[in-house]
Amino acid sequence: MERVVAYSLILSGVLFSMGVLGVMIRRHPLVMFMCIELMLNAANLAFVAFARHVGEVSGQIYALIVMAVAAAEVAVGLAIIVAVYRHRMDVDIDDVSSLRG
Amino acid sequence: MNALELWVFVPIGVLAVIGAAGLVAARNPIHSALFLLLNLLSLAAIFLILWSPLMAALQIIVYAGAIMVLFIFVILFFVRPRQVHTMSYSLPLMYALGALLAVSVLGVVLFALYQGGLFNPALPAAAQVEAATSISSPSTLGRGLFSRYLLPFELTSVLLLVAMLGAVVMTRGEPGDGSSREDSAEEAD
Amino acid sequence: MQYIHLAILWPLIGLLVNGLFGRHLPRKLVGFVGCFSVFLSFMVSLYAFVMYLGSQTLGLFGEYEYYILPWIEVADLKINYGFLVDPLSLLMALTVSLVSFLVHVYSLGYMADDDGYSRFFAYLNLFVAMMLTLVLANNLVLMFIGWEGVGLSSYLLIGFWYRRKAAADAGMKAFVVNRLGDFAFLIGIFLTFWFLHNMRFTALRAELSGPTEYGPYLFTAIALFLFVGAIGKSAQFPLHVWLPDAMEGPTPVSALIHAATMVTAGVYMVCRLNFLFTWSSFALLVIAFLGGFTAIFAASIALVQNDIKRVLAYSTISQLGYMFLAAGLGAFWIAIFHLFTHAFFKSLLFLSAGSVIHGVRGEQDMRKMGGLARYMPQTYWNFLIGAMAISGIPLLAGFFSKDAILFAAFQAKPELIPSAGTILWIVGIATALLTAFYMFRQVYMVFLTPPRFEESELRPHEVSWVMLVPLWLLSIGSVFGGYLALPALFRLPNLLGPFLQRTLALGTEKSAEELHRASDLLREGLLMGVSVVLVLAGVGLAYYLYRVRWGVTERLKRMFAAPYRLLLNKYYVDELYDAAVVTPGRTFAAAVDEVVDRGVVDGLVNLVAFVVGAFGQLLRPLQTGFVRNYAWYVGSGAVALVIILWLVRG
Repeated sequence: MERVVAYSLILSGVLFSMGVLGVMIRRHPLVMFMCIELMLNAANLAFVAFARHVGEVSGQIYALIVMAVAAAEVAVGLAIIVAVYRHRMDVDIDDVSSLRG
Repeated sequence: MNALELWVFVPIGVLAVIGAAGLVAARNPIHSALFLLLNLLSLAAIFLILWSPLMAALQIIVYAGAIMVLFIFVILFFVRPRQVHTMSYSLPLMYALGALLAVSVLGVVLFALYQGGLFNPALPAAAQVEAATSISSPSTLGRGLFSRYLLPFELTSVLLLVAMLGAVVMTRGEPGDGSSREDSAEEAD
Repeated sequence: MQYIHLAILWPLIGLLVNGLFGRHLPRKLVGFVGCFSVFLSFMVSLYAFVMYLGSQTLGLFGEYEYYILPWIEVADLKINYGFLVDPLSLLMALTVSLVSFLVHVYSLGYMADDDGYSRFFAYLNLFVAMMLTLVLANNLVLMFIGWEGVGLSSYLLIGFWYRRKAAADAGMKAFVVNRLGDFAFLIGIFLTFWFLHNMRFTALRAELSGPTEYGPYLFTAIALFLFVGAIGKSAQFPLHVWLPDAMEGPTPVSALIHAATMVTAGVYMVCRLNFLFTWSSFALLVIAFLGGFTAIFAASIALVQNDIKRVLAYSTISQLGYMFLAAGLGAFWIAIFHLFTHAFFKSLLFLSAGSVIHGVRGEQDMRKMGGLARYMPQTYWNFLIGAMAISGIPLLAGFFSKDAILFAAFQAKPELIPSAGTILWIVGIATALLTAFYMFRQVYMVFLTPPRFEESELRPHEVSWVMLVPLWLLSIGSVFGGYLALPALFRLPNLLGPFLQRTLALGTEKSAEELHRASDLLREGLLMGVSVVLVLAGVGLAYYLYRVRWGVTERLKRMFAAPYRLLLNKYYVDELYDAAVVTPGRTFAAAVDEVVDRGVVDGLVNLVAFVVGAFGQLLRPLQTGFVRNYAWYVGSGAVALVIILWLVRG
């Protein structure tokens, strides 16, 4: 395996883990959301690295589609956050727990 | 990988990690957003190193351009400037659990890479380099997108449309609910 | 002949139109669709009849069988949507569609002000389609479809005014009582298939025309099971209780379904399967005796009833008894002959009674009528013709068919009980006397006695022409219907007998030469004389009691209080059922409800709910409502999954 690909994959794993950590420890929904974006980007990085490694264009196309899905997700996610904020005048993620069992 | 690539890659990778760390650590969401921006731009550079210029461009345009602007706009719209960000962090237990999960994810990924032969680097074969060069051209990407991956591509466009409609419906608010928008606007001032 | 199923199709189309869109269509169109579809059905039957008579290929009174669609094909069970065209089915189809058409036209006037106008016509069309399916089917299973279909439409139409509790209850009663019979009928069908491996009438007949490997006991069992079905459908004792209650339905329904057509389905079925019934002389005797008993039993009840429609209902039961009497003695074509004439005069009587009810604004109690001949002369004449026909006044339809039955009874000498014929003749002739009496009692009470209502209040009036025209047409049938089968005594051709002969030939019918033997002719003449005398005696008695000495009946009631009460309460059969079946059934059901339903079934359900609830309680703390906890579950799940996969695959 090429070294640049190997490094990219390690970087991708590190970024993904940091995204996970961020989602876990932050309470601000927007920040959590951005951490999710970070995880998606890490995955994209892995895709592109693999595309380079295999010499196939598919990985890039996956990354492209992930990007589009991320855009859609951002639109809906932000809309949800806006709606919640309007409703509660506050955006602490731990206060939005009315589905508690 | 030649030395030049490595010399370029390592600093950019460090920048990306700094961006991620800042995103997780910053108290102010605006700072978080700016750190994420840094991360995204570094990733765009890495895409270039990986011979994917089109992906790099799209990363900057779509992510750094469109999506981040949306984020920052929403943050500015809703987060009161003098608001004390007490709510930014969690209970110690959540820290512990989050760290545990993050570490195990990283462990799993690295172990998988190790199993997959990551650490026995080989020099690129001439053919491989040629293939890698060919995938760097946007026309190859476009051809793939409009032939073999046509259906996912079209479905993605439908998904975007649906997401757009969903966002519009959700943010429109109920009739008679206009007061809250005014309230929030006042408070944002 | 391959178009006879169109006779079924047209009313079905009418049903669809009126049933689906009737509420949004103008009333005139609804009525037109209802009547015209049945008229087309009649035209199809008539055309088929004419073509059949003129057919060269079929030979004299042959059969034509075809199917439009395959239906069930499992192993050696093959059932098609098949139809059989032969004299019997053609005659039935003609009668059914003609009477149905007339009743439809009558209903235009009778139901004119009813809210459920389109619903009524939709149901009636359904009935016609199902009845024609019943008579045209070429196999037992399709016949059963029609059988159940007419039962369904009967239920719907009895309970047509479902807001009246009595009507809804009567519909339910008819349905449940019929179920009893249908259950036995189904067993009969199953037995037939099990042993004879066939459902088609022609194939069954071919199989049974020669010697079979089964003894008479099997055929006795099959025949009796099938006959129990007929008992339910044709309201014979002891399953007759639903028919009088069925009078809660609109009167055209009573005329069409509960007098002229549906209730005769049992007779038709027995005649259609005559080749099977004749294998068991025991079963035939049972049929004959039960028919005879029902005839006199129902006639005696009819003597004292006061509801104008109930008298006719019991009269119907009694006349159906006559038909079974004839069929049981092997005179199948005479049973069909009586069925044919009865369809005319009984629907005429019912429709005239409907006119009376219409004319006096819903009153059905004959004690509150009287003298209506002056207000509604046309109805009066029609009712009188019907009454004369059913009583057996000479030269009207009922006279010929009833005398044919009595003569057949007198002549019959069944192997098992040779004297049965004579006994049944006596029963029959006594029934004839009772019939004449109660019919003319009704004529006098309704039309000729002094009025017993406030004239200014009730203002009786003649009904509209749309109701009178069908009456007159049915009157023509009631007068001339009998001429299709004149007795040998008259030395004129008997048209119907030979026509049905081939289909129903397996009976003990005498050949033509035998019929014309001098001694038989003499005997026939004598018997005819006896019955005419008795009928006139019945009429005379009614005249004496209800005209000459009006009011004497009150004294008679007091004199014979006990038998009077017995008859008025219909021999307490309903009460008997209540005590023997309904109340124990209710008690049993209550016990089952208490123990099985609430104890076992509910217990099981509650147990399941409890277990689910307990698990839910157990897992509840996991649902913290915090998004990040859920994210953590997802993340650790993914990690765990990867590790597990590694471990499993090594």
